[in-house]
Amino acid sequence: MAFVAFADQDHEQEHHDPQTFLTKYVWSQDHKVIAIQYGGIAIFVGLIALVLSILMRLQLGFPNTFAVINPESYYQFVTMHGMIMVVYLLTALFLGGFGNYLIPLMCGARDMVFPFLNMLSVWFYLLSVLILLASFFVPGGASGAGWTLYPPQSIAPGTPGVDLGIILMLVSLGVFIVAATMGGLNYVTTVLQARCKGMTLMRLPLSVWGIFVATILALLAFPALLVSAIMMILDKTIQTSFFMPAMISAGEQLSYNDGSPILFQHLFWFFGHPEVYIVALPAFGLVSDVLATHARKNIFGYRMMVWAILAIGGLSFIVWAHHMYVSGMNPYFGFFFATTTLIIAVPTALKVYNWVLTLWQGNIHLRVPMLFAIGFIFTFIHGGLTGIFLGNVVIDLPLSDTYFVVAHFHMVMGVSPVLVVFASLYHWFPLMSGKMFNETLGKWHFWLTFLGAYSVYLPMHYLGFQGVPRRYFSMGNTDFLPESAQMLNASITVSAIILALAQLLFFINIFISLRSGKKAKPNCWGATSLEWLTPDQPPKHGNWAHDLPEVHRWAYDYSVPGQEQDFTPQTVPASEVPVGRDHGVTHEDT
Amino acid sequence: MTITLIFLAVIMATVITWLLRQTINTQPWVSNSEADAASGVSLNTNPQAIGLTTFLAVATSMFALFASAYTIRMTMPDWSPLNEPLVLWVNTGFLILASIAYQWTTSVALNSSIKKIKIGLIASGVFSLLFLVGQFSAWQDLIAQGMYVSTNPAIAFFYVLTAMHGLHLIGGLYVWARSMIKVTQGIESNEVIRVSVELCTVYWHFLLLVWALLFSLLIST
Repeated sequence: MAFVAFADQDHEQEHHDPQTFLTKYVWSQDHKVIAIQYGGIAIFVGLIALVLSILMRLQLGFPNTFAVINPESYYQFVTMHGMIMVVYLLTALFLGGFGNYLIPLMCGARDMVFPFLNMLSVWFYLLSVLILLASFFVPGGASGAGWTLYPPQSIAPGTPGVDLGIILMLVSLGVFIVAATMGGLNYVTTVLQARCKGMTLMRLPLSVWGIFVATILALLAFPALLVSAIMMILDKTIQTSFFMPAMISAGEQLSYNDGSPILFQHLFWFFGHPEVYIVALPAFGLVSDVLATHARKNIFGYRMMVWAILAIGGLSFIVWAHHMYVSGMNPYFGFFFATTTLIIAVPTALKVYNWVLTLWQGNIHLRVPMLFAIGFIFTFIHGGLTGIFLGNVVIDLPLSDTYFVVAHFHMVMGVSPVLVVFASLYHWFPLMSGKMFNETLGKWHFWLTFLGAYSVYLPMHYLGFQGVPRRYFSMGNTDFLPESAQMLNASITVSAIILALAQLLFFINIFISLRSGKKAKPNCWGATSLEWLTPDQPPKHGNWAHDLPEVHRWAYDYSVPGQEQDFTPQTVPASEVPVGRDHGVTHEDT
Repeated sequence: MTITLIFLAVIMATVITWLLRQTINTQPWVSNSEADAASGVSLNTNPQAIGLTTFLAVATSMFALFASAYTIRMTMPDWSPLNEPLVLWVNTGFLILASIAYQWTTSVALNSSIKKIKIGLIASGVFSLLFLVGQFSAWQDLIAQGMYVSTNPAIAFFYVLTAMHGLHLIGGLYVWARSMIKVTQGIESNEVIRVSVELCTVYWHFLLLVWALLFSLLIST
């Protein structure tokens, strides 16, 4: 059939296309615009959190040199940095950003199933971000309770931001959860009900699988945060005693009775641990697609990759108390949670092996997205291995309050997902913008980021072994530490500043490429999945021309023996090009 | 956390079993004409029903977590059980009636009788409002007895649980109002109205079930 642009099909259709600037770019119900809005807001708050981390590092590397950083503001920086990075940057970017952009395109749908709800989702997200940022400017400032917001200290006098700061934080989280739920309903329904003809679940790219299962986790886990936020707001504002124990503060008996701080910890980590996988599973999915495309090879063990995602998703709900070993628990519970934690390493390791085996004998193109994807394998193995240490109660107890834990979780759920974010942004940038990015700048960006991240976090492991405590504004009575520990701390700070500045290269690259980058060829990486097969690049409203695509194969027919082209798009029928394993080429032929 | 874990085990088992059945014996790397003909729709129902079911899972997760928090908090020494206001029994009756009314509306909606649908909707709306008014009067009762939110944890939970349940019902009434408008204006097709009524019925049954479980948790402790 001759190509007819979506907007030209018929008059009725035309009416559905957004006409004005406002409906096109602001109150848009188009999943691609919403994705970019989500991404833009997330990266904006992420940069604020990055600046906060540099301020923390300045204090740690060069104690008491900077007058603006006092103990109160230091704790506010810690809290806001953690919360923003985990929830408002990574969760929002992976689900709201990549989920929104890729799900309909990869499934072969015109849009999300509930576009209006999708638009509401991004506006609620923006509202939650504004409420959170407002807490910097209220009397007393933002909360300084640490990102885990543990009571009683999060709402007891003496903690920074104990008045309005903590309330705004909790309200903002509530609004965020509403936004995430509205988005989540869309992602689940779209994946289940709006795929194009021939797109069975097992023909979906792993990106969709990762985002889909992460969404299910988010939908089931976020309520735990909502429940704890509601009860904590009541404890704070009308002195209920859900979490707050009887306590004396500054010589005065507070009006609380026998509340259970441990109850909060259970609720918080019941959300908090799945949250790790809400961030990790989309990253696993996206990186799988980037690796397969740039290695020109089918992903190794596709079916196992899907099952591993499901297994990790299921297991992630029964490991939460490994965050609470130091709170004290029945040894049998400790044993249970240590065991489940170590079991989750099995499907995770399986994924890592499969990524490495995908690279093996692949035709690897070390382009920028691929560099970031391979970088991820390194940092993820690194962070994952230290996780196996910390999953054991006896090892966790001495290391829990040291830099070792900071190094562990930053490697595994800071650096690793962020490397995937960059891999994905570079990989899909030509599709989203229609322009190519600057390869040289991109490579500089990768090497400075990758080496920078290692020079920040690798030394922290050693500091942790030596017993350098985390969460401290200044070291205090730590005579047992050699002086070199402080030198190492200073070097980490310098590395962190270089690492942060290196991120400017990314923004410069995007800016230059959007203005004067080369026009990207359609399907510039030679990918097989549907998002690259739209009639326009970037895809227009409605994504596809008159007819929706029809799928005849999985998303990984790369380098099929006997074929001229080293990739076969999902829409090519088996009658034209045999499907992957049906290639008919025997070992003798090759 | 036992309640939450049981609930979660059920949901995760359902989801994972279903997904495994979709993916088990599938070899996507070979050609498959059956898969080529697959419609891309996983479940034989409309998207709104999937959206609602997903939302019900989210809401169940939230109420299960509240219930878990309740049982954990109960074990602390300052817990003193609450004497639930008797009006709650009457309210429960109203909610049951609202559910029955909705069920009846669904059954008449199949026969496309707009007038009957209208009667059914009005009845369920009125019973739901009576339930809300009744819940509010239960709050008034407690306040009159000097039992405020911060008086003791059992009362605090009572206020919070009834408020969360009430808010969900108010959300349902918003959709109910939209159905009412559709029915009154008569612009929408009977099919649209029928779907809307059916989904509301499921939601009302869900809220009744949640209330029954919450209420039994409250009175048994």
